[in-house]
Amino acid sequence: MTPQIAAEPLDAESPELVPDAAFCHLRLYVAGQSPKSLKALANLKRLCDEHLPGRYEIEVVDLVQNPRLAAGDGIIAIPTLVRRLPEPIRKIIGDLSDAERVIVGLQLLPSDR
Amino acid sequence: MREGPVPSAEHAVAGVLTSLRKTPTGIQGLDEVTGGGLPRGRPTLVCGPAGCGKTLLGIEFLVRGISEFGETGVLLAFEETREDLIANVASLGFDLAGLEAKGQLAIDHVSIDPSEIEASGEWDLEGLFIRLGAAIDAVGADRVVIDTIENLFGAFSDSATLRAELRRLFRWLKDRGVTAIITGERGEGTLTRHGIEEYVSDCVIVLDHRVSEQTSTRRLRVVKYRGSLHGTNEYPFLIGKRGVSVVPITSLGLEHHVSNERLSMGVPRLDDMLGGQGVYRGSSILVSGSAGTGKSTLAAQFCDAACARGERALYFAFEESQAQIIRNMGSVGVHLARWVDEGLLQFKCLRPSLLGLEAHLSAMQDVVGDYDPSVVVMDPVSDLLTAGLSRDVSAMLTRLVDFLRVRGVTALFTSLDQEVQLGSANHQIASLIDMWLLVRTHEGNGERNRSLSVLKARGTAHSNQIREFLITGHGVELADVHGLGKVLTGSARLAEEARRSLQSGAEVGDLSVPSAGEGSLFGVLPRAGGVAAVETR
Repeated sequence: MTPQIAAEPLDAESPELVPDAAFCHLRLYVAGQSPKSLKALANLKRLCDEHLPGRYEIEVVDLVQNPRLAAGDGIIAIPTLVRRLPEPIRKIIGDLSDAERVIVGLQLLPSDR
Repeated sequence: MREGPVPSAEHAVAGVLTSLRKTPTGIQGLDEVTGGGLPRGRPTLVCGPAGCGKTLLGIEFLVRGISEFGETGVLLAFEETREDLIANVASLGFDLAGLEAKGQLAIDHVSIDPSEIEASGEWDLEGLFIRLGAAIDAVGADRVVIDTIENLFGAFSDSATLRAELRRLFRWLKDRGVTAIITGERGEGTLTRHGIEEYVSDCVIVLDHRVSEQTSTRRLRVVKYRGSLHGTNEYPFLIGKRGVSVVPITSLGLEHHVSNERLSMGVPRLDDMLGGQGVYRGSSILVSGSAGTGKSTLAAQFCDAACARGERALYFAFEESQAQIIRNMGSVGVHLARWVDEGLLQFKCLRPSLLGLEAHLSAMQDVVGDYDPSVVVMDPVSDLLTAGLSRDVSAMLTRLVDFLRVRGVTALFTSLDQEVQLGSANHQIASLIDMWLLVRTHEGNGERNRSLSVLKARGTAHSNQIREFLITGHGVELADVHGLGKVLTGSARLAEEARRSLQSGAEVGDLSVPSAGEGSLFGVLPRAGGVAAVETR
């Protein structure tokens, strides 16, 4: 799907919000099948389906399999969610059970404002 | 080269204290202070204020581990980048990049976001464990340095989780069997800013860097070492061109090889006064006296004698320049320039006020280490002694004398002191040195004459007589002693010598003796110098 960038942000007061209909590339760093990792993935999928339907991509990086990939994004906490696109890069750590935090942290437009 | 974890049974033998296994650091002096090194397979905390040298200590621990003990290492750096670290230690001869390339060292820089990281739900530091584990596995590390893990506290608002993870990390390090150094910043009232000494408490070393009397001194103290005896004092340490060097007094001097060889002082009569043979190799000699008594000349002659034997001499001068000394000594018949040209004599001229005592000691040790002389002169050491607080001076002197003694270097120290009393500086050094020569001037008969006496000479019979000390065109000479119950110096001596020669019927050169009754003599001295007419009875 080609990214569709809106001509101007919908909320003029927070210009950094992900513009509606922008495509999000998300990378989730996990450590194998640990409980926090599984929870984070599940929570993330649910949140994305709710707020970014059809315009997200989740890449799961398992550091147990590929430890060297941790250095690239400076990962020390697990799980860590990195929003790579749109820029700027944003990071959130934890199993993402606090949805509000995730939304604010990723600067998504909450659907129930 | 990896070992498994230290088995706990080793320490649980009933009723018997088995000593903890230790990893030698290779850092000069530190292994002595810790009784063999850091606890093997355990984490050691090294804390101190910014700039105290803790990062360097950690890096040197890793580098020497590789070069001297064949133990590979990992450096987990939170503050400086890999490039900065490499550049900062390059001047010490630590080639971190080279060691990395050879697969002996792994450096992982963890960048912490300046702002707090957003958190949602529960998290742990498994990512850090994975990175550290991968680095350890990559080189098969036995040693790990983490510098400085307290930086994490700025990044994570949930300190409860962070602390739980740190506790887990240090247990994990023990399970891995690596010997680790964890650095921490000094806190107010606590050892570290965030209290990580709670989790890393097998061995705690505190570094300090203070300025006193305009001189900065670094000190190290082993605050805690579970299961081991350790030196509990504060030890000064230096960061020199070869890295960190701790100099504990306790290690010095009392167990070392002792030579029976005797060396000439360069003045034959003086050797006679010292049991006929001169000084022991490796001993220390103090020549003290007031200004202008000829101490430096004696020192120069001592060097001259050593160089004539083909030995290397090192002359530390705190008042004069090399050119001055060579010229002045040349005028009294001690020719040093030829030895300098042959590379047997080296001068080091420096102003004592230039450096702090510790730095002086370190600089001198470096030069002695590089040049490897068999004879060292410090002229005058009393200049150094006025440079610091008296208890520091005493400690430094002890270390200096012992350092040279352990190396088997014969040392001659000159010291300026007041005519009337021996200065307190002399007392400090007097008990350390093996031999003490005192040069004094005497006023009388309208003349000032010099005399030398041996106040102390350990290990050898020595003359208790006071000899006249002359600086002639051939250097220092000691004159014979005449007289009963009284030393004759200067013209009185010359007269006595002339009288005796006459009595024994020997020719005395240009002497013209008017005929006179027995027991009286007018003497004219044969070319030796001044003329005096003396009547003796």
